[in-house]
Amino acid sequence: MCQVLEDYRNELESTELRSVSKKCVKCKEASAAVVIRAGDAYCRGCFKDYFIHKFRAMLGKNRVIFPGETVLLAVSGGPSSFSMLYQVQEGISQNAHKKLRFIPGIVHIDEGGAVGQPVEERQRTLAELQALFRATGFPFYIIPLEQVLDLPSSVLESALSPSEKPSSTYKAAVDHFIQSNRSSCLTPQDQGQTSIPEVPEANTQILQQLILSAKTLTARQDLLSTLRQHLLVHTARTKGYSKLMLGDNCTRLAVKLLTSISLGRGAHLARDTGFSDSRYGDVISVRPMRDYSAKEIAYYNHLFHVPSVLIPSLDTKMPDKASVQRLTESFIIRLQADFPSTVSTIYRTSEKLQTACRSSSAADHSDRCLLCMCTLDTVVGKASAFQATLISEQLSKNTSSSAKILTQKLAPVEPEPVAPTGQCCSSGGREDCGRVERGGGCCSFANGAEMSDLRSLLCYSCQLTIKDISSVEHLPRYILSEAQRRHRRSQMKEEIGEFLLDDGDEED
Amino acid sequence: MAAPTVIHLEFGGGAELLFNGMKEHHVTLPSQSEPWDMKQLLVWIQQNLLKERPELFVQGDSVRPGILVLINDADWELMGELDYQLQDQDNVVFISTLHGG
Ligand SMILES: [Zn+2]
Ligand SMILES: [Zn+2]
Repeated sequence: MCQVLEDYRNELESTELRSVSKKCVKCKEASAAVVIRAGDAYCRGCFKDYFIHKFRAMLGKNRVIFPGETVLLAVSGGPSSFSMLYQVQEGISQNAHKKLRFIPGIVHIDEGGAVGQPVEERQRTLAELQALFRATGFPFYIIPLEQVLDLPSSVLESALSPSEKPSSTYKAAVDHFIQSNRSSCLTPQDQGQTSIPEVPEANTQILQQLILSAKTLTARQDLLSTLRQHLLVHTARTKGYSKLMLGDNCTRLAVKLLTSISLGRGAHLARDTGFSDSRYGDVISVRPMRDYSAKEIAYYNHLFHVPSVLIPSLDTKMPDKASVQRLTESFIIRLQADFPSTVSTIYRTSEKLQTACRSSSAADHSDRCLLCMCTLDTVVGKASAFQATLISEQLSKNTSSSAKILTQKLAPVEPEPVAPTGQCCSSGGREDCGRVERGGGCCSFANGAEMSDLRSLLCYSCQLTIKDISSVEHLPRYILSEAQRRHRRSQMKEEIGEFLLDDGDEED
Repeated sequence: MAAPTVIHLEFGGGAELLFNGMKEHHVTLPSQSEPWDMKQLLVWIQQNLLKERPELFVQGDSVRPGILVLINDADWELMGELDYQLQDQDNVVFISTLHGG
């Protein structure tokens, strides 16, 4: 808090100086063009150096990306991810010791279907992105979000992670790389896409139904980001990339941090906002833009002509109170306007967070949330806040709907009438039968329709999101069939439980 | 100060959505006895260019927090913000940094 007040005072003082044309704080010669932090004014040239240096410093400091490694850049089209793309491009084109030595590719998840963008507009946007991606010379993939409908349930398994390599290995890898690759020009094996995949309209409808089945914008945004994340990881795996680079900037992460707390994701903050995130095991996400503020990025992109493509999202033109995410953003941005160190203070808090990592066996994922893949925070003692919340939830339900629930314990409650198109076997739509044949998960799990069975596989926050979804049947097949598998497994475990030695011995 | 002031306006980062999706605008500000300042410009934009949801662009007599302003490619914080006096052929850019514009 003291920090904030101090910076605020500096800001006030500097206001008085502003009328005089300011010199750059770095070179003290050129006149300033950009104010980055309170009082720190940079000229154009120094700002560029500072910006580029920060990207390298971030990667250099963390030593997570190895030379020669394949890295998939997730580019949403927004300023932050495009800025990241151009930083990588800049770094790759450098020579000798300054060169970034990994092999980049680009992925864009096209969410036009989910946000209800008209088809022609969607195609125009994609054509624009395609042209920009092609110009980088990197292989790229434009994946319609509709493809989540065809994901295998193995996406939800965290693959065995290559054990954390210490920094000595990093150095060895660099040396090895320099020796073996001195002259050869690096070209990725897969050249990426040549055309934008066609999306069957029926799939767009199923996707839209899924998004609309969430009753609140908060849940919709959360669901959308979960699906996007699964598709990104799947693309990285199938195209042979071991790292996924995300463009979250520090303003974004500050919003995400406070949003996560509001949405009950406190236990997962470190993974959600840290530099690297290994929840998926074999594909590690990194966030190299997390030191830049949204302002720095916007100024850089404007001054140095980094393009970006405007993509409508679920909250475009929405009022501030439309969702928790939106409200948190406007809260932080407004606070930032008066207290310029708001974002950096929140952001620095996020750096200090650590995941309390419970050791888990790689083969069994029953201790991971089905949706966000974080360690379940719902497996806790009887005296925990979580149990207390459950009890009060049950009690408040009782007052309205009799005491049935107490005896049945989380009995399947069907709160909303199910949309007819979402029904599986009963309505016998062609699309749905196809789903059944291919995955086998849909009917058997969803028709038994246990919202509560699904909820037991989720972390607290994902439970809240799922609670806002009118019917689990709208969820994509890969989620339902994996849910069914885990459910069966835990039932089986219960049945044979008495014959098993206790947990500790069981695992190796 | 008889001659009208011609300036170039640009909206980006999603702010253009509030202006019918038009990014660039060449505008002529009517002549007035005093030079135009940014405060007056914002009022003029609201009355003449802004198509919808003014609350997403302005707040009080300034721009909504999260919308950046550059005057001739320099941060407006260096130029006196609302008190900056516009000159003929000035270039003013508004960039939204808010998610989803
Ligand atoms: Zn300088
Ligand atoms: Zn979860």
